[in-house]
Amino acid sequence: MKKLISIFSGIPLHLVIITIALIWILPSVGLLITSFRSSADVATSGWWTVLQHPFNFTCYTLENYREVIIRIGIGKAFWNTLLITIPATIIPILIASFAAYAFAWMDFPGRRLLFVILVGLLVVPLQMTMIPILRVFNKLGLAGTFPGIWFAHTGYGLPLIIYLLYNFISGLPSELFDSCSIDGATPFQIFKKLVIPLSLPALASVTIFQFLWVWNDLLVALVYLGGTPDVAPLTVRISALVGSYGQDWELLTAAAFVSMILPLSLFLGLQRYFVKGILAGSVKG
Amino acid sequence: MKEDYLVLENLTKVFGSGKNTVTAVDNVNLRVRKGELVTLLGPSGCGKTTTLRMIAGFEFPTSGKIFIEDKEISTVPPSQRPTTMVFQNYALFPHMTVFENIAYGLRIRREAEKNIREKTEKIINLVGLKGLSERSPAHLSGGQQQRVSLARSLIMEPKVLLLDEPLSNLDAKLRVSTRLEIRKLQQRVGITSVYVTHDQEEAMTLSDRVVIMNTGKIQQIGTPQEIYAHPVNYFVADFIGKANFLEGRVVGMISKNKVEVDVKNKKYEVFTLKDSFSEGEKIFLLIRPESIELENKKPNALTGIVRQLIYLGSRMIYEIEVDKDHLTVEITNPQEHKTFSPGEEVSINFKKKSLHIIPYEEI
Repeated sequence: MKKLISIFSGIPLHLVIITIALIWILPSVGLLITSFRSSADVATSGWWTVLQHPFNFTCYTLENYREVIIRIGIGKAFWNTLLITIPATIIPILIASFAAYAFAWMDFPGRRLLFVILVGLLVVPLQMTMIPILRVFNKLGLAGTFPGIWFAHTGYGLPLIIYLLYNFISGLPSELFDSCSIDGATPFQIFKKLVIPLSLPALASVTIFQFLWVWNDLLVALVYLGGTPDVAPLTVRISALVGSYGQDWELLTAAAFVSMILPLSLFLGLQRYFVKGILAGSVKG
Repeated sequence: MKEDYLVLENLTKVFGSGKNTVTAVDNVNLRVRKGELVTLLGPSGCGKTTTLRMIAGFEFPTSGKIFIEDKEISTVPPSQRPTTMVFQNYALFPHMTVFENIAYGLRIRREAEKNIREKTEKIINLVGLKGLSERSPAHLSGGQQQRVSLARSLIMEPKVLLLDEPLSNLDAKLRVSTRLEIRKLQQRVGITSVYVTHDQEEAMTLSDRVVIMNTGKIQQIGTPQEIYAHPVNYFVADFIGKANFLEGRVVGMISKNKVEVDVKNKKYEVFTLKDSFSEGEKIFLLIRPESIELENKKPNALTGIVRQLIYLGSRMIYEIEVDKDHLTVEITNPQEHKTFSPGEEVSINFKKKSLHIIPYEEI
């Protein structure tokens, strides 16, 4: 009887949650369906009309995707985004993991001051740095190049990544480090054999943060790369599409989903690390 | 005679500066012989762990020197010292198996894989972990984890093995069985060891010699028997086991190492390790609870009043009031003795060989 009561008492709450979830997901579903509809159908009827006969596949077309990927150049932009995001994720993670370990477990002059400066950098608005850095990039010939934007994302991402990794790495038991050093391990050996394996959850979560941040970035790419098709990432190309194809909703939605597919898969596949990452920062901070 | 293997010479460690100075270890001198197990025993904050960490190299002394086999290692980094440590929290690598944990040090040294395998398997058998090589630490009991930690230290063949309260995370029963195993292993391997604990029973069971520490200073060094029967001061007497203290005065020396004292207007002959006492010198007469016998009140005997009794099956504990002092008396096998009631007056006899005197100090 008690079990029945507990089941039934949970039903209203579950109904509310499911309703909110459906309302939340509805616009995305609408965009997804629109991306598979022809321009004629989009112009004449709403996406919800498809729900009357959802399994009538003649209503759907892949032409929008073909159009955006091949003819409009979203496919090229996708590869540009990968070329920007992957190094701009790997480089700061690599540097930050070394830095976080040094801050957490190595004693050197100025350690505290450097760490305070690092944390202070977190409050500097990104926009304030753009003009001075762009001037420097222009002098060095880095403006409009992939290395330039890798440096930019590395610089912008390092303070937070170091801070999050420092919080995690400094929480590792000190006896583990003492045990390694008494066995004769050098700091690099300790880093490689102990810190990295034990920090995998934190590394996975900061990798997701950094990947998503760079993938979805528009401003930094626009400023340091520019909008030329040979280097422009997805965000820049899609924002340009709004101008030239502003009325072609089926193309815009298709382009949007092309840009979403990879980060969405990454998030769904690694979401437990994402949650752990949020907690790691908040608890240790 | 075994030579001095580990020597601590005038070792001092000071933390902080200015007004926030803390002297954690104060002029410690200790000589440990080869193959000996010496325990540093004392209350929390007495400096025993700091001393151990200085031997390991995790702290460098503020002043003083450390020698192992006549070679000074005071400022040598831990990785280059011939020491290993068993930690209180085991310090096992959670991402490695038992085998990998134990073999870790040998891999750092880049020993041949065949050697590593042979040595690791030998040590695994020695500590009784056969069949558990492929388990991860999370799937081991506390006692098994402790043995992995010990194996990881022993496999490096250190000259000095350091143990920092290795049993404090185990339950009471497991602690008793594991400490006997540690002692047997240490004796079998013949490794010089320095053990830190705040548990008196552990120290008395395991050690060849015990070093009692308090507020950074060594109070006394001796075998468990010497420490218990002949403590040098109030702190040691009170810290080890239970103790009764009665104020008195020295009447005079009867012979070398034998002195007559006056306590509560009664004269007692006491054997002492100290060469001489001054006549009239104030002292404490130390009597352990198990060294006191109670009888029906007799004339001319030291008497007291029973205030409380606690029956513990194999023992009876009495609290006896003697003038302004209180004595704790422990009678074993109480069924064989008369039971006295609260309020009853009793005669108190001290077993002569168990009496000891220590210098008087204001408490």
